[in-house]
Amino acid sequence: MSILAGKETRVLCQGITGSAGSFHARACRDYGTNLVGGVTPGKGGTFLDRIPIFDTVKEAAEKTGAGASMIFVPAPFAADAVLEAVSAGIRLIVCITEGIPVLDMVRVRHSIQARMAESIRREIQTRGGLEIGDPGVLDRHRVWLIGPNCPGVITPGECKIGIMPGPIHLSESAEPRTGKVGIVSRSGTLTYEAVWQLTALGIGQSTVVGVGGDPVPGTGFIEILAEFEKDPGTRAVLLLGEIGGSAEEEAARFFKEKMSKPLIGFIAGQTAPPGRRMGHAGAIIEGGSSGTAQEKISVLKSMGVAVAPSPAEIGATVQKVLASGGKG
Amino acid sequence: MKLLEAQAKEILCGFGIPVPENAGMVSRPGDIPRVLKKAGAGPWVLKAQVLTGGRGKAGGIRVVRASSQMKKNLLEMLGMTLVTAQTGPEGVPVRQVLLEKPMEPARELYFSVALDRRLGCALLIASSEGGVEIETLARNSPEKILKMEIGPSGALEDNQARELLFRLGLYDSDQKKSRERAQFFKNCVRAFFALDASLLEINPLALTAKGGLVCLDAKVTVDDNALFRHPELARYEKAACLSPAEKEAKAAGISYIPLSGDIGCMVNGAGLAMATMDLLKQHGGDPANFLDVGGGANVEQVTRAFKIILSDKNVKAVFVNIFGGIMRCDVIAEGVVSAAKVVKLSVPLVVRLEGNRKEEGAAILSKSGLDITSVGDLSLAAARAVELSRNHGRTP
Repeated sequence: MSILAGKETRVLCQGITGSAGSFHARACRDYGTNLVGGVTPGKGGTFLDRIPIFDTVKEAAEKTGAGASMIFVPAPFAADAVLEAVSAGIRLIVCITEGIPVLDMVRVRHSIQARMAESIRREIQTRGGLEIGDPGVLDRHRVWLIGPNCPGVITPGECKIGIMPGPIHLSESAEPRTGKVGIVSRSGTLTYEAVWQLTALGIGQSTVVGVGGDPVPGTGFIEILAEFEKDPGTRAVLLLGEIGGSAEEEAARFFKEKMSKPLIGFIAGQTAPPGRRMGHAGAIIEGGSSGTAQEKISVLKSMGVAVAPSPAEIGATVQKVLASGGKG
Repeated sequence: MKLLEAQAKEILCGFGIPVPENAGMVSRPGDIPRVLKKAGAGPWVLKAQVLTGGRGKAGGIRVVRASSQMKKNLLEMLGMTLVTAQTGPEGVPVRQVLLEKPMEPARELYFSVALDRRLGCALLIASSEGGVEIETLARNSPEKILKMEIGPSGALEDNQARELLFRLGLYDSDQKKSRERAQFFKNCVRAFFALDASLLEINPLALTAKGGLVCLDAKVTVDDNALFRHPELARYEKAACLSPAEKEAKAAGISYIPLSGDIGCMVNGAGLAMATMDLLKQHGGDPANFLDVGGGANVEQVTRAFKIILSDKNVKAVFVNIFGGIMRCDVIAEGVVSAAKVVKLSVPLVVRLEGNRKEEGAAILSKSGLDITSVGDLSLAAARAVELSRNHGRTP
């Protein structure tokens, strides 16, 4: 089992004719991803290898039945590409593009929220109301945006939507009783490092999600933690965080209140110089949290998260937690 | 990109936001006669243009009443080093001084719009108490701070502007005054979005005796990712004071932050780069920089990164940590070897390559005949780099 993406996921690539887009579309297909089409305005009717290319996401989705899209469109146009995917009814949008203006992302988030709210409203209208406590309502209408500025999503052995190197992943643990680990991360290569350490120890991964390093991501840690908690194929979760913001602290609180599976954490940036990111008012809107690694680590520990002491010991820390079977 | 006060005010003025009258800026002693001629009789406030807060307390703001004292004060301020609570002991040099008409505000308030990462939207923050640092206010009297989310329209709605006036005690039964004040706040929010700002802070915000609002000091940070659509800001960008190494890094698309240690770092990916620095520190070493060489890590990019790292004379060893994911380790190793030859590397180099074809990569490194130590284990590699940085003085 896995979250977000699996064998059946039908994937489009927006920006498939660019150099990064075509390279990674092929790499995903070669990994086994069900890559059903590409989109580049003006290149409709042509092919990349045998992958059909369309002018618009709407046409591509209608003709291929795609439910997911991977975006390589350059930063100035990427927000619009996300909006195009949203209005074409794509439910999983993975935006790899780096360098998107943050206020574009604010706009995109507002649009996605409005789209989901409208979709729920229509269901209520059609059905004449919702059952009280209907747990599936969000799942039925949810639009996932992963990224931007992220490596993507991979369910090892099934589906790779992104730029991560496929072969470092492990789809089943060497010893099946060990179970598999879900990973959520704000980083790219640090995630590969962690995956590689787990693979070397024979620990498989259920799904690996890079939520991206931007200040306003489409999806945060908590939403992914909730999915892993529900997923029967995930036994424990590894969270790779870094300095800035307060997403790690909030994730740790969510873990303590809502999760039964063990959570292992690592925070990069213990030696980073302060004050390189946000100005005055930034610190205050984050509730006085300084966003330093030290503060994050102490919050994680106080909430019962097992924190890896060094980047070289991420795999070993996960192994220890799995062996003890307990929380932290 | 952070804007200097004078730059920010110049821009805000274009959005209909009142700022104090000024006589221009002095960047070198030669400017003084021209500016003083324009200024005429005083008094004037001389304001050091530096990208840091707390300059008033550090002597970066002077009120000069007598015209005869202007030149002396300007000469003293140009070239002085301001040490504030935010700069660290090394301080920042004053390269420009702004001449502004002093004001006696009836009241001082606080106003800002900032990107709230947690909410994923722009957040307006205001307080009827201005002139003090907002952090201090948040600590001592959080009830005096009001916050408002800016919605999808990207504008301050009429009802929000109205609420702001009531809560800041700015509502006036004179409708014209109230309308003007509401417009001031709406213009600020409009400027925030139009500039692609991540922070627009006006502190203090003055209420004048005549009842108008004036921006006394301004801090504006523009999102670097959005600079491509702001050609009007390019002239300010040139003025930003980057070191030659930082300029070179920017041109090469390498993210580089110089630090005070002696182990140069080259890593692919920001998260792994930070984690690598942490690891060096844990082994008792001190990183000389943060450097993310980017995803490509080809010969050209690695060569430029080496040059940037070695331009720091404190560097006694270099630690390269690259995770070969898409790119194979043997290709990266060849890149490192040729780059090391091009820059005539004079300090020990520790390379840790992990991932696809790492054995082939390690073999290329050890056969290169250069002073390269190839270590596969991340922790051992970091320990080795720390050790070498201690043992080896740099040969000139």
